[in-house]
Amino acid sequence: MDKQTVLYETHKSMGGKMVPFGGWAMPLHYGSQLEEHHQVRRDAGMFDVSHMTVVDLEGVQVKPYLRRLLANDVEKLKSAGKALYSCMLNEQGGVVDDLIVYHMSDTWFRMVVNAGTTEKDLAWLERQAEGFDVSITPRRDLAMIAVQGPNARDKALPLMSESLQQAGVALKPFSAVMDGDWFVARTGYTGEDGFEIMVPGDQVESFWRQLNDAGVAPCGLGARDTLRLEAGMNLYGIDMDEEASPLESGLGWTVAWEPEERNFVGRSALEVQRGDPNKQRFVGLVLTGRGVLRNHLKLFDGDEPIGEITSGGFAPTLERSIAFARVKSGIGESCEVEMRGKRVPAQVVKPPFVRQGKSQLT
Amino acid sequence: MSNTPTDLRYAKSHEWVRDEGDGTVTVGITEHAQELLGDLVFVDLPEVGAQLEAGGDCAVVESVKAASDVYSPVTGEVTEVNEALDGAPETINEDAFGDGWIFKVKLDDAGELDNLLDADAYNALVAEEDH
Repeated sequence: MDKQTVLYETHKSMGGKMVPFGGWAMPLHYGSQLEEHHQVRRDAGMFDVSHMTVVDLEGVQVKPYLRRLLANDVEKLKSAGKALYSCMLNEQGGVVDDLIVYHMSDTWFRMVVNAGTTEKDLAWLERQAEGFDVSITPRRDLAMIAVQGPNARDKALPLMSESLQQAGVALKPFSAVMDGDWFVARTGYTGEDGFEIMVPGDQVESFWRQLNDAGVAPCGLGARDTLRLEAGMNLYGIDMDEEASPLESGLGWTVAWEPEERNFVGRSALEVQRGDPNKQRFVGLVLTGRGVLRNHLKLFDGDEPIGEITSGGFAPTLERSIAFARVKSGIGESCEVEMRGKRVPAQVVKPPFVRQGKSQLT
Repeated sequence: MSNTPTDLRYAKSHEWVRDEGDGTVTVGITEHAQELLGDLVFVDLPEVGAQLEAGGDCAVVESVKAASDVYSPVTGEVTEVNEALDGAPETINEDAFGDGWIFKVKLDDAGELDNLLDADAYNALVAEEDH
């Protein structure tokens, strides 16, 4: 039996087609995935992301703990509310999960981890906490809504407390503010402006309905996937996992190599890979022929196999098909994709494909 | 399933067939099939003149979610394809039994139509699959 978020019945009453995802029953769409995608690119849409897990990490040693745990360095977070995207690695340099961590105070950090990996993550967090004075508390009492799109902030802010409205207007990208148990972050997974908002579970339905009344369209996992793909954002378990390092997953930018003496979990394995000129690359593909790129399709340069698509699909903003792929080093600017026994040409590009509603393709 | 036209025949693989009465049939996918697929973004049409076998795959419809083969419900030669779907695959979502038709076939054997389901039998099949 899949778990249900507090909004489960609300989704059903709004026409959500519920499907299993990461152990949860979540809305795939509320009628048309394409319309929901466009709504986010052009106006404002909202996603129930309550299946993801908020974890509070507290204690006097929380910062040294996180500097050991994460491949990115929380030392970069100088002021309260600042957020950092990071991978959490195993000793082999594979990705245990990707996450966002917020600096609340010097003794309190807040993390948001993926739904399907939550139990594994919590066990990993506990195991790595050995020897550190840190408490780890999953906040199952909090629900979370992502409000995304060029008009998302303007539509969401009037529905919040006065103090959140004041702080929220001034909020910089990748920063968060709090008021009681409400937590508002200017982050997202769509390539558009907007907020991710944590709300006490017993208040989330009324907030969701108020957002809907304010013209923020409910959107499902389907649109969330095409939006993040266009925005060049990885999906854990599809684009990277415990077998693939951040360096082979387009996430090299999230690894903080300096200072050299910071010995984060997986560092020594990554150091070896870092110097390997033959390590695999992570690239974007744009299909120039006809069809739709799909996960796991094989790539060729002539007769030579050169890699595989990790996630692919139709990009509604571009009206063509795009993908991420893991390929061998030294490939050119084009390749062929094997689709149903036929070879179809594709162009190799650097993600993102779309940012703030605009195509990045030249 | 009140929207299953009774004047059509159906294949178990969710195609519909309209007997045009002149030895040709028109083929598309059902309302139920388009609903399962979601928003369609690409249709790979058969070629005019191609010889189709009943039960053989002959076209592909791709939605935002997945690709799905379309099987010919009948044996015969393709006489016409719906070129309009090339630029507007969503027509199938909007009007699966009408403007969203996919191809037309000149039947080798008109008797083959008797092997297909009527609307009641098709509805029963869909109801069963839903369980």
